[in-house]
Amino acid sequence: MIKKEMIAMLLAGGQGSRLGVLTAKVAKPAVAFGGKYRIIDFPLSNCINSGVDTVGVLTQYQPLRLNTHIGIGIPWDLDRNIGGVTVLPPYEKSTNSEWYTGTANAIYQNIDYMDSFNPDYVLILSGDHIYKMDYEVMLDYHKSKGAEVTLAAMPVPMEEAKRFGILITDDNRQINEFEEKPENPRSNLASMGIYIFNWKTLKEALIANANQPALDFGKHVIPYCHKNGAPIFAYEYNGYWKDVGTLHSYWEANMELVDVVPEFNLYEEYWKIYTKSDVLPPQYISAESEVERSIVSEGSQIYGKVYNSVIGCGVVIGKDTVVRDSIIMNNTEIGAQGEIYKSIIAENVQIGDCVKLGVGEEVQNETDPHIYNNGIVTIGEKSVVPSHVSIGKNTVVSGITTAEDYKDDYLPSGKTLIKVGEES
Amino acid sequence: MRAIGIILAGGNNHRMKELSQKRAISAMPIAGSYRSIDFALSNMTNSHIQRVGVFTQYNARSLNEHLSSSKWWDFGRKQGGLFVFTPTVTSDNNSWYRGTADAIYQNLSFLKNSHEPYVVIASGDCVYKMDYNKVLEYHIEKKADITVVCKDMPAEEKIDRYGVIKMNEDNRIEEFEEKPIMAKFNTVSCGIYVVRRRQLIEMIEKCAEENRNDFVQDILIRYKDLKRMYGYKMQDYWRNIATVEDYFSTNMDFLKPEIRDYFFRQYPDIYSKVDDLPPAKYNIGAKIKNSLVSSGCIINSTVENSIIFKNTFIGNNCTIRNSIILNNVYIGDNSYIENCIVESRDTIRANSHHVGEGEIKIVIEKNERYII
Repeated sequence: MIKKEMIAMLLAGGQGSRLGVLTAKVAKPAVAFGGKYRIIDFPLSNCINSGVDTVGVLTQYQPLRLNTHIGIGIPWDLDRNIGGVTVLPPYEKSTNSEWYTGTANAIYQNIDYMDSFNPDYVLILSGDHIYKMDYEVMLDYHKSKGAEVTLAAMPVPMEEAKRFGILITDDNRQINEFEEKPENPRSNLASMGIYIFNWKTLKEALIANANQPALDFGKHVIPYCHKNGAPIFAYEYNGYWKDVGTLHSYWEANMELVDVVPEFNLYEEYWKIYTKSDVLPPQYISAESEVERSIVSEGSQIYGKVYNSVIGCGVVIGKDTVVRDSIIMNNTEIGAQGEIYKSIIAENVQIGDCVKLGVGEEVQNETDPHIYNNGIVTIGEKSVVPSHVSIGKNTVVSGITTAEDYKDDYLPSGKTLIKVGEES
Repeated sequence: MRAIGIILAGGNNHRMKELSQKRAISAMPIAGSYRSIDFALSNMTNSHIQRVGVFTQYNARSLNEHLSSSKWWDFGRKQGGLFVFTPTVTSDNNSWYRGTADAIYQNLSFLKNSHEPYVVIASGDCVYKMDYNKVLEYHIEKKADITVVCKDMPAEEKIDRYGVIKMNEDNRIEEFEEKPIMAKFNTVSCGIYVVRRRQLIEMIEKCAEENRNDFVQDILIRYKDLKRMYGYKMQDYWRNIATVEDYFSTNMDFLKPEIRDYFFRQYPDIYSKVDDLPPAKYNIGAKIKNSLVSSGCIINSTVENSIIFKNTFIGNNCTIRNSIILNNVYIGDNSYIENCIVESRDTIRANSHHVGEGEIKIVIEKNERYII
């Protein structure tokens, strides 16, 4: 008989629209982070490091990159005879066919998958946070409290509490009330979107609420369990946890990695983060280059000057080019004599010679100021930027652009230049 | 699937000095991220050879660790696979491998149980990229019994540690001398051979009957007139690692852009065991020039014209110049290292001074490292 004490269900179907062009063609969990990694590597590595060897990954939005990245789970040692990683996309049924309409609906549609492992507990994770957590410790807590549902929660500054789902608990950490993004929060304990359910409780709640449109954990399933008297506890977590939901928070979280002793340490021997690496060779730093306060991944070739930046695998930075405060993802090539300031450049981008990014005035973005702000230049994947152009702040460029797209070789601050339908 | 592969990885060499105390030459780290045997293994898999036997003997711990999974070279298949043969005591044999031919003889069932018509034999201590199918096609075209891959060496190169060969205009081998003091020709054998499987079994069995053990001396040289032996000239980059100087210069070759381009960016790739290390980190004070740096390194000071292997920490105010720092080394503050090879897993205390004068110095300090 097949039996797993706890299995994990990882929600990876979201678009993450606040990451702008970075998620135009890939789901948010597949976005690169910290040089060689992708965001989903963090929860997947946490799973295997916590001894959870059965993980269902729920995909929906742009799954290709995610599918190729996960494969059969070899990098995370999740290629198992029984269990391992399984990618679970929405599927057609005999009576109806629907997309995943909400977080809990996605789990509901995969009840058969979970049932096949006879689990006692199901761990629900989301694929868009950066953190290290031992889920086994959380499970021990869940058992010791006699809980039916446990929510991981972390204290946040009171003034930020209104952006989160807030938990109000008694002295024993049992949850009395929930408040979703409250105006006047009564507590600063924020839910992290990590739940452990007793499988029986979860299954019953999912089936009872099956007809609820857009079935959601926070809005429907957990309140339902609470109403029915299931003991729900908060598991307080005090380590590093970062929601990289916006371009600015994404940029900041990457920049923190270059600190001498970063708050989030990738160099710990006993909690490794695993990823699929296609590139093996060492990186080359040329005689004319300078690299300081930066992290650089395998196979990159640096001929220019790199300060305070995060560089992915297989990146080429041309001679005399200065890169500062920027994130450059895998296999992007930057020509010579450029100046790259505070930019996020996605994968497989080609940037010509003498290109300046992030220069000029601070002007609000014309189309999506809530996405493109804080002076960051964002370049979408597989874009081409021709030689000798300058690009201002709060700008976004995507697609194969040519010199004609830049009046006077200049894209002023705040402009959006997205060319669609011209994929290479 | 016309051929199976054999990689001879047992060798050791006193000319590698202290570097070979720890490991067989086939396990020597190369070019920051690789080990020497990765080149032969990757060539095998890139040539679609799926069934490969690796013969090891001398201090194979490091090598076995590297080969603990065959998935990195894509040998974890139902058809074929990677087989590691270390000497074992059996009912009718209790000796070590007395030579390369004996190593094959002691594992002859590997050859007998295969069905592929040909065998490609390579050694694990060479750095090169090669499509063995090209040699195989040549072998068939020439109707050869044995084909030996060879290379013309520059006149100034010392070749007294190679087998040297002379071919006629049809490339048939006329003379073959092993490690001559005075070499008469400058074409050397690269230690890569193609031979028909049944032919090899026959020759190896004959050899064993006569109590002969060495593949080169007792098969190639003895049979060179009896059998049709042809040379296949290789034009591309090829280096054998047998001395400290070779090892150093082969690694340093990777600082040249054309060599890096050939090995790192052109098809096909070289594969190695993946170590899941984070990106290299350059802190304030890092001044790095013309160097290769591997993943997992943390660098705080000056590095010039050097190769830093994986997982190495270089403290503040150090200078590393024209040196090779092998895997997992810790270098304390204010150290000065020039013209050295620092052995892997070593801990260099702060304020150390190591300079190779006239020749490359091998640094082995064996200090304890305390992890806080």
